Amino acid sequence: MEFSELIRTGQAQAELLRGPEMPPLRGTLCVTGHHLLLSPGPQATPDLWLLLLRSVDSIEKRVAGDAGTITLRCKDLRVLQLDIEGVEATLDIARSIEALSSLESVITSFPFFYRPKGLRLGEAWHFHPPERYYKRIARETRAWRLSEANEDFSLCPSYPRAVIVPRAVDDDALARSARFRQGGRFPVLSYYHAPRGTVLLRSSQPLTGPQKLRCAEDEELLRAVLAEARPGARGFIVDTRSAQAAKQARMTGGGTEAKAAYPGWKRLHRPLERGRPLQESFVRLMEACGDPEQSMDRWLSRLDGCRWLSHVKEALSTACLAAQGMEWEGACILVHGAEGTDSTLLVTSLAQLILDPLSRTMAGFQELIEREWIQHEAPIFLLFLDCVWQLGRQFPLSLEFGEGMLLALFDHSYASPFGTFLCNSEKERCLCEVRTRTHSLWSGLNQPKEQRKLRNPLYVPNPLAIWPSVEPQSLRLWQGLFLRWTHPPEPSEVAWEKVWQIATDQKTEGSQPTDSASEPQP
Amino acid sequence: MEHIRTTKVEQVKLLDRFSTSNKSLTGTLYLTATHLLFIDSHQKETWILHHHIALVEKLALTTSGCPLVIQCKNFRTVHFIVPRERDCHDIYNSLLQLSKQAKYEDLYAFSYNPKQNDSERLRGWQLVDLAEEYKRMGVPNSNWQLSDANRDYKICETYPRELYVPRIASKPIIVGSSKFRSKGRFPVLSYYHQNKEAAICRCSQPLSGFSARCLEDEHLLQAISKANPANRYMYVMDTRPRHRMQSWWATQKDIGRIIVRISSKIWNDEKIRESDGKKRLNAMANRAAGKGYENEDNYSNIRFQFVGIENIHVMRSSLQKLLEVNGTKGLSVSDFYSGLENAGWLRHIKAVMDAAIFLAKAIMVENASVLVHCSDGWDRTSQVCSLGSLLLDPYYRTIRGFMVLIEKDWISFGHKYSERCGHLDGDPKEVSPVFTQFLECVWHLTEQFPQAFEFNEAFLLQIHEHIHSCQFGNFIGNCQKEREELKFWRNMYHQFDRTLHPRQSVFNIIMNMNEQNKQLQKDVKDLESQIKQHKNKQTDGVLTKELLNSVRPESPALKTSLCLKEQTLLPVNDALRTIEGSNPADNRYSEYADEFSKAEPAVVSSEYGVARMTC
Repeated sequence: MEFSELIRTGQAQAELLRGPEMPPLRGTLCVTGHHLLLSPGPQATPDLWLLLLRSVDSIEKRVAGDAGTITLRCKDLRVLQLDIEGVEATLDIARSIEALSSLESVITSFPFFYRPKGLRLGEAWHFHPPERYYKRIARETRAWRLSEANEDFSLCPSYPRAVIVPRAVDDDALARSARFRQGGRFPVLSYYHAPRGTVLLRSSQPLTGPQKLRCAEDEELLRAVLAEARPGARGFIVDTRSAQAAKQARMTGGGTEAKAAYPGWKRLHRPLERGRPLQESFVRLMEACGDPEQSMDRWLSRLDGCRWLSHVKEALSTACLAAQGMEWEGACILVHGAEGTDSTLLVTSLAQLILDPLSRTMAGFQELIEREWIQHEAPIFLLFLDCVWQLGRQFPLSLEFGEGMLLALFDHSYASPFGTFLCNSEKERCLCEVRTRTHSLWSGLNQPKEQRKLRNPLYVPNPLAIWPSVEPQSLRLWQGLFLRWTHPPEPSEVAWEKVWQIATDQKTEGSQPTDSASEPQP
Repeated sequence: MEHIRTTKVEQVKLLDRFSTSNKSLTGTLYLTATHLLFIDSHQKETWILHHHIALVEKLALTTSGCPLVIQCKNFRTVHFIVPRERDCHDIYNSLLQLSKQAKYEDLYAFSYNPKQNDSERLRGWQLVDLAEEYKRMGVPNSNWQLSDANRDYKICETYPRELYVPRIASKPIIVGSSKFRSKGRFPVLSYYHQNKEAAICRCSQPLSGFSARCLEDEHLLQAISKANPANRYMYVMDTRPRHRMQSWWATQKDIGRIIVRISSKIWNDEKIRESDGKKRLNAMANRAAGKGYENEDNYSNIRFQFVGIENIHVMRSSLQKLLEVNGTKGLSVSDFYSGLENAGWLRHIKAVMDAAIFLAKAIMVENASVLVHCSDGWDRTSQVCSLGSLLLDPYYRTIRGFMVLIEKDWISFGHKYSERCGHLDGDPKEVSPVFTQFLECVWHLTEQFPQAFEFNEAFLLQIHEHIHSCQFGNFIGNCQKEREELKFWRNMYHQFDRTLHPRQSVFNIIMNMNEQNKQLQKDVKDLESQIKQHKNKQTDGVLTKELLNSVRPESPALKTSLCLKEQTLLPVNDALRTIEGSNPADNRYSEYADEFSKAEPAVVSSEYGVARMTC
């Protein structure tokens, strides 16, 4: 096995510091192919401490005298410190961690070796999102069909094999439209809003370029969308770039839909940050949250300076805009930025959560993530989770899942024993045989023992759209995530447990009287 | 009432402050002797107590009428539009008169009649018994005793009659010390920690103009220190910010000399906690007087601690800025946070919390007694003593204990509610949200320790409501205060703005569930006893068909299922109603609706566009 070549040392004595709220652990440290292990001895609790090496983000080492210190910054925002006996041992362990945590190959990653008790391979991979989702739509309308034009990923490597498209558009037209869109991401259905018969579509930018090229099939596709929604229906294209940026994109071959070419469609520009600025914003926020010594003013100005909550506000209001267009204006909405993979998904998935009660259930939310977040550029997925958390805070009864679910998704999206978030596209996933060789995160999360952590005990199905307030007065820092490792979690955990108790009492008590109610009757 | 010219105005509009679509409700405005009442077309009533009105403004006339903006002390802001200027003017003038009373006797509490007889009224006032409270703490004991020195308010008018002082402090010492302290507020016991045998004491600042020293005051501090057998030193906490003290010292050399003498002693002992303090104090020592060292043993075993809580004027303007930021619609996130920072409100809250934490630690960790003072010892001192006690003693985190705490550290020790809350038409410079800050500090603790408190946000809001309402006598001086349910604390600044959040209340749901559980348990018990009865009857052979029929209508089984139905529906209804209330037009992103509308006007005028937008 190639791992053994990367592991420089067998074991060492070490002390692990896990932050201000946790007692230090002393014991034997050991590096394996996928994990860092610390065994404090059989009497101790816990008797084994494990860290998935893939979750190590960066590593710093320092040696002094005959001991060394390794500081690990993890992708789940934890900072761990290891004090190790012996300079050689320290350097060897550091090198091993460095080498193993940065392995590129997908099929040597832990999910391909993870075989937990109680789970069978292939379980919960039965989600085939587009197919399942299409069945739901087909019950409502005949205007859409499931196309397998992308069966061999030739149209678009980042789309799934099957996509939902207007019935009136054939596979050849799809192929042409795909060629006209960046990365082949032609407009496909993301969400069908049954109460108004309107749809949410997503795509990438059209490749108009400086010559302002057009594509008849692409135009026909969007025309068909409006025609089948309702006679005289209008559409809005929500471009997640500024008008300026969209215009500039023409110089590099991209661009926007020309007004004259797409009658009935109107463009709206809602610039959303992504990529590097978002990453920097996230890093600055983490620095601010990790600084234990700061005055109130400094805290507020740093919170402001990192602009994270501005991104939350912009993402939520753009999603609300899209949702509002469908629900209140009866319009069809197409969302895209440039590649149509990051801020586009953010907007389409949030809009669904706002409008669709089904997506707010545990199963529906999992399906939404499977469907929309095929690939996720860090921190945009985190921004999505933060926005969902804001929805949950403003509508505490309307989501079936709780903060625990969002935290679990965050952790697993970066480093996970499960295969769900592996690879960047459906195509890669097929190549790596992820579905047959790893376990699905959903089967892990849907085990009964996990439910109490993940579910919202207060959930009451709510058939209405939930319109969040996006005033800065209403948005909050997600403390449960950003201050997770610096604040003691106990008080809120205890409170959560109490809420569960009250809620479950309610259910059991609620059923009891009906049982005994029948007794006195003869 | 001579101030009321118009009692009823029709076709008045009430604007929604945070709505961007200028949504409004139309209804009728009534002016009564105690309240302003607005009843909208859905028969929803909005009551505004005259005493709650902080500011009335008449804005420039518009085409739709004359705008009248009322800002309340409970942070509600209402914006009416009165169709005729004359009516608006009348109401404006009446409210100006009614909201500012000149005499205590005109306050609501004196006319408020909750249908109690005299004995009930008396019982209300006996609900909190401070002697009982000191007994609970464990005083009097071998080190602390009840002093009758202030029995007739002769020594200090703003202290209560009953004061607890160290047993070894004689009356002459107390009298002497009181002459040395501002307003006669000499050091007395505020809280006694039974396990640690340490005490929280409070007083006012030493008096200026006093040349050398006050032996009695030194003795009294010695006595407090000695009353704690577990520790030989004690802390003196000055809650004022050091930089303000400095400039003050520069002009008040006498007092400067005394304090410098104390602090130079500490400096010599190298006990001073913050090293930068050394330099400043040293500079002060040089400036104030050459001979600062000769009496260095006067206040032996004392550690000086400054905590920087700003004065009432800073707090007042800070709150003003905070309210402006919170009340502005359409802010960017950045504007909001820089506004929040500029207001400084949270910084002040943190300063109060820091002081309380220092106090609690001194007692819990170091077993040391602490003497707290500010200038007069009724604002910052009350904040720090009460919050420190709340951190130390779980009793104060119960509903009853919290009332006791307020009665003890705030009401009995003379926090000037009427001046701070502006109950009467008086000096606006005396108004300051000192007590509000205390409530907010407690709220922060309830957030961090959700299970540590018997009461909730609603209770805190209720108290805040009534320090201004003058409905009950507690905070003005004459009558008992009732507790009712209220709304959400975090939204103290927004509780009336429906377009801001939360829209579903977790708290109400949990409370409902809890109530329901209790009810169900009770019903189950009833049922069980009923079943037992039935079984007994059956074995007795008395159970006839008629009897069974007569039992059925009243069967708790039916009652249970009925109440179950009702109660489970309740939260759902609530949720639905609040969520329906939330619609895109209420929010900032609704401005984009204009763009939708602009796109193709023909479609907007169709049944969906306008009709649904304005509903």
